[in-house]
Amino acid sequence: MIKLKSDSSPLDKNDRHVPKHFSIILLAGFILLIVTVIASLVLGARVVSYQELMDGLSFQNVDSYGANVVQKRISRTVFGLCCGAALAISGVLMQTVTRNPLADPSILGVNTGAALFVVAGISFFQISTAGQYIWLALIGASITAVFVFGIGSMGRGGATPIKLVLAGAATSAALSSLVTAIMIPNLYAMDQFRFWQVGSVGSGSWQSIIIFIPFLIVGIMIAFISAPALNALALGDDVATGLGVRPGLLRAFAIGAGVILCGVTTALAGPIGFIGLLATHSMRLLVGSDLRFLIPLSALAGAIILTFSDVAGRLIGSPGELEVGIITAFIGAPILILLAKKSKVRSL
Amino acid sequence: MSNKHVFRVEGLVSGYENKTIIHGIDLEIPENKISVIIGANGCGKSTLLKTMAKLIKPTEGDITLNGKAINKYPSKQLARTVGILPQTPVVPDGITVADLVGRGRFPHQTLFSGWTKKDYEAVEDAMEFMNIIEFANLDIDELSGGQRQRVWIAMALAQQTDILFLDEPTTFLDITYQVEILDLLTNLNQKHGTTIVMVLHDINLSARYADHIFAVKDGKLIAEGKPADVLTSELVKNVFELDSVIIQDPVSATPLVIPKGRYYVND
Ligand SMILES: Nc1ncnc2c1ncn2[C@@H]1O[C@H](COP(=O)(O)OP(=O)(O)OP(=O)(O)O)[C@@H](O)[C@H]1O
Ligand SMILES: [Mg+2]
Repeated sequence: MIKLKSDSSPLDKNDRHVPKHFSIILLAGFILLIVTVIASLVLGARVVSYQELMDGLSFQNVDSYGANVVQKRISRTVFGLCCGAALAISGVLMQTVTRNPLADPSILGVNTGAALFVVAGISFFQISTAGQYIWLALIGASITAVFVFGIGSMGRGGATPIKLVLAGAATSAALSSLVTAIMIPNLYAMDQFRFWQVGSVGSGSWQSIIIFIPFLIVGIMIAFISAPALNALALGDDVATGLGVRPGLLRAFAIGAGVILCGVTTALAGPIGFIGLLATHSMRLLVGSDLRFLIPLSALAGAIILTFSDVAGRLIGSPGELEVGIITAFIGAPILILLAKKSKVRSL
Repeated sequence: MSNKHVFRVEGLVSGYENKTIIHGIDLEIPENKISVIIGANGCGKSTLLKTMAKLIKPTEGDITLNGKAINKYPSKQLARTVGILPQTPVVPDGITVADLVGRGRFPHQTLFSGWTKKDYEAVEDAMEFMNIIEFANLDIDELSGGQRQRVWIAMALAQQTDILFLDEPTTFLDITYQVEILDLLTNLNQKHGTTIVMVLHDINLSARYADHIFAVKDGKLIAEGKPADVLTSELVKNVFELDSVIIQDPVSATPLVIPKGRYYVND
């Protein structure tokens, strides 16, 4: 376990390999997490009382309206945390693999691929449940990823970051025009899709959480296992190969995990932007680029930011609610511009 | 643990896509010695080094370490014996010196061991060896080109391989640092018996610091041996297409190549 220490003395050599203030940042993160979770349970169109909160949490008095609200909010909160963590980890993985600091799952066309399949499902097969969305979105995300990866690997030097990004951008553009083409003549699909497209965690039920968890675990495991090798890959393919990494294989693994995480989240909650960028860049500023620390902290930050945005959406949109995708875009865009202006956004 | 290794290259043909650069090279790396590859720009020195370090797949020929083809070794295991510092490594922003040097430990770590005491020590030793302890907690961006180069070499040292390939480790360095780096590498070779193979552009420093010279021209090995035996004005003419006079280096008594240009030549 990491010692709680505010300053790394130059004498303690091992501390050099733990980012400055890591334990404090971690602690602060957990406190923020708890605060956010409580806020998410208590706040909304209806602010619940302490008694109602306790009832909801302990499954007592479940007939009371307040306790009922709390219970709904529990699943919604857990779902939001999962989505945030998944998007953040997916973002770190994509950024590292493409060596592009602005890489978001959308950069590899993954989001659009998922969207295309969902739209096609809605239009042609009248599909409308989460359980069906998830498989369509996953298939769409994976096919797109494989396709982009395939194109990006053609030619000299295999799947280089720049080729991946170009292939992703081109594919994404092509697919989104397809999405539009399918949707426009079909009013029913347009309605369904619009609801899905904005990105919301309001639909987060225990059922979707149960679908989510296995994918989340697999994605997180791959991310953690590949973190040290990805650290080496950040030094370039040649240095990495010299260190015993197999760049092609590693990229495929990491992108696979990134696609799973982002594909599942997109399927269940709709495309939610900016979390991958916000969480990773803020944490990169705090702890640097060592993925062994960046991955867990980004996951934590992603979970907090997304849940917080959801709470904000409920408060601002009260008595209805604003979808979380709108809020993250609202918070995300200015903060990103601010970060970029400070030119401290660290590239890879 | 012995650091004796037989590293042999036979009939090597290699290059990029459908462009062959190395046209049949046979060589054996002298163990526990410093070898320097010399040759004109674009003759294939880096390509040769990269192929030997498994960064490029050869189209023909065998590269063996202790009798076993290098591509038969698991990649991490090979990386514990053979290390390489390429000519132009990618520098990630926002990474501290200690972090970068530490990444050289990758082949020694397993999923479950994580960072061990040995890793910390190896990183500390490498930084001490390259005289960069004082920068340990700084960002790489804050260093000069020369300091950065020392960090990269430290990363390669942290890998603690018995065989080390370095592609132009002294580029970007002023003469003082060039000499210092070569002295440090000589230290490494003498202290640990590390076999070093490097590409150098300064032929006179090569003559001074190399035990063995490989002269490459157009992807072929055209001469090899001790600097005193290999470096003749004919060879220099052949390899670099340059007229020269060879005298004795007054400091090291190794060959000193004095180039002749078109001007400033007294008869
Ligand atoms: N990645 C690459 N793809 C295609 N061709 C390459 C690549 N790298 C090098 N070459 C070509 O291979 C030839 C040999 O290059 P190499 O880098 O091995 O030369 P070198 O002897 O190291 O030169 P220098 O002294 O300039 O470093 C050159 O003609 C170069 O254009
Ligand atoms: Mg070269």
